[in-house]
Amino acid sequence: MNGIVNVLLFMVSCVFTNNFIFSKFLGCCPFLGVSNKVETAASMGLAVTFVMTIASLFSYMVYHWILVPLGLTFMETIAFILVIAALVQFVEMFLKKASPSLYGALGIYLPLITTNCAVLGVATLNVSEGYNLFYSVLNGAFSAIGFLVAIVLMAGVRERLEGSKIPECMKGFPISLVTAGLMAMAFMGFSGLV
Amino acid sequence: MSEEKKSLGKVLVNGILSENPTFRLVLGTCPTLAVTTSAVNGLGMGAAATFVLVGSNIVVSLLRKFIPDNVRIPSFIVIICTFVTMVQLLMQAYLPSLYESLGIFIPLIVVNCIILARAEAFASKNPVVASAVDGFGMGIGFTLALTLIGVIREIIGSGSAFGIRIMSQGYEPMLIFVLASGGFLTYGLLLGVFNAVVNRIGRSKGEGEGA
Amino acid sequence: MSLRLSTAPHIRSHASTGRIMLNVIIALLPAACAGVYFYGVPALNVILVSCAAAVISEYVWQKLLKRPVRINDFSALLTGLILALTLPPSIPLWAAAIGSVFAIIIVKQLFGGIGDNFLNPAIAARAVLLASWPARMTTFTAATCFSGADAVASATPLAVTENYSYLQLLIGNIPGSIGETCKIAILIGFVYLVFTHTVSFRIPVFTMLSAFVFAFLFGQDPVYAVLSGGILFGAVFMATDYTTSPMAAPAQIAYAVGIGFLTMLIRSFGSYPEGVTYAVLFMNILTPLLDRYMPNKVYGHQKAKEAKKA
Repeated sequence: MNGIVNVLLFMVSCVFTNNFIFSKFLGCCPFLGVSNKVETAASMGLAVTFVMTIASLFSYMVYHWILVPLGLTFMETIAFILVIAALVQFVEMFLKKASPSLYGALGIYLPLITTNCAVLGVATLNVSEGYNLFYSVLNGAFSAIGFLVAIVLMAGVRERLEGSKIPECMKGFPISLVTAGLMAMAFMGFSGLV
Repeated sequence: MSEEKKSLGKVLVNGILSENPTFRLVLGTCPTLAVTTSAVNGLGMGAAATFVLVGSNIVVSLLRKFIPDNVRIPSFIVIICTFVTMVQLLMQAYLPSLYESLGIFIPLIVVNCIILARAEAFASKNPVVASAVDGFGMGIGFTLALTLIGVIREIIGSGSAFGIRIMSQGYEPMLIFVLASGGFLTYGLLLGVFNAVVNRIGRSKGEGEGA
Repeated sequence: MSLRLSTAPHIRSHASTGRIMLNVIIALLPAACAGVYFYGVPALNVILVSCAAAVISEYVWQKLLKRPVRINDFSALLTGLILALTLPPSIPLWAAAIGSVFAIIIVKQLFGGIGDNFLNPAIAARAVLLASWPARMTTFTAATCFSGADAVASATPLAVTENYSYLQLLIGNIPGSIGETCKIAILIGFVYLVFTHTVSFRIPVFTMLSAFVFAFLFGQDPVYAVLSGGILFGAVFMATDYTTSPMAAPAQIAYAVGIGFLTMLIRSFGSYPEGVTYAVLFMNILTPLLDRYMPNKVYGHQKAKEAKKA
């Protein structure tokens, strides 16, 4: 029972309290770049969720089962980025064959994800926080869901801002950043929940 | 490819002003937002990124004739990664406290879009010296921007600059500026001010960095 | 219910906006008067400074950008007033002024001005002040009622173990934010708003119901929970803001239930004693999605009324 409660609290913490965007600043580029429309934002979020979950699994295995025994932990970054790049390639090929419709929806976002710092970030964090295999995957999946929540909310607000009389110099990135700042402020309300 | 000597200056200034990665291209937003809670952190992050930028630009430029086109992105990433690991180990050894406060964002320099973008857009097409200068200019532009954001957030949010208290005793720091939300707000507002200044000056060449 | 105006979804016409804003200001007067009565001159000063700062910053911004000056639609005044009423009476005047300027310039005008902001400016400003000067924002002076007694700093009823009676909570002669303590005054304002068709009863009522139920579920005394803190003020005056709340009835109900739930969640488990600020902000952010995915189907025939609301 206690274990289940802990797991649930960990999930809430990943999605809301320690949101990847609003408190850790990981994945800001796609968050700002692909949040024009709710549909595209949701697709991007799903693709990231997919990749982050598997990347957490594989990076854990590579780190603990290969790098640690060989004493090569200083190669962590380079190993993780290769794992992620390979994974994204593989996921892309797999989706193309297995589910063309899903590939159609997520395909164009997949290459972007290789250089999404949220993915490398979660792999690195899993190691530095010392999570075991189960918590690593959980952290990957629910941090990614936090990203999904953030980018979809952001897209909703940005769709609404279309046609607003925003001052010329604030259009585009500046107003998106201010919007994100105000959203981060609202997310502060979740602090202490876990 | 006719990069003459006099245009090296132009390449350098390009990264600092007209194509400033932070204020003009809006690349590398994650570290920009995350580490600028103080001026020193901004400066440290900028310096680390500059080192990687110059190093990777030089190596990419040297190898540009040998790297097959279809594996160039993975090759660039491996090159960048090597320099990042070097920075990581150097900082761990000589600047442990800075390394501690920049945390995860040092390894994440690997996926900083500025570095890959310069490798792809400049270093893979230009000779070594020009590439090094381009990396240096971009790095300086990035460093200046991060330090500027860091100084502003530190002054308002903790009443000091570079760790030295500069506001009077009675000043009550506006904490939100050193919190996550303040990072987004400061960057967004500065970007707006920067745009306004650039727009006002127009397309004439003297692009001001009034912000 | 009689429908008196039915402009397109967003009211932008000058005169009607001004009248609606004026109605809300009138509805806030009982709460404001109660606050000044309980907490004396400091409370009055906070209200005056906050309102003045809001109106002046709106005027200066519109002059600077060479846009039509619209301070006579009372919206800036209203923002300043709502912000002041959510502040503790002991707040330094400079902090109240910073809050107002932030509300008008950053939350409202940067996004295009009235009707274009996605957050309620007053609550967003309150959240900024809370994040920036947490100690200042959570120190409350006892109600002196001009009795000459020294104002003593103490915690809000949400943060202390000491219990107030339901009657004390209703009247509000206890430590608290200027306009949030006197529940009777807020209810008078609410009746006025509903009576003049300025807001529908739906959002406030469902917010309070939801707060009551979730307080009970989280193991609190539900009556005490809904009568203490800023939830009633938030439900009546913050959650009902036209531009930042959903248009259709089902979405409004979801929005209101969300506010009640989040408020009680934050109160019960979060690190802040009061959660209504963050609850309303979060639901403001969710509003565009609610508008999109919960359009008016059930009450389709009431569209005109909803249009008026938005």
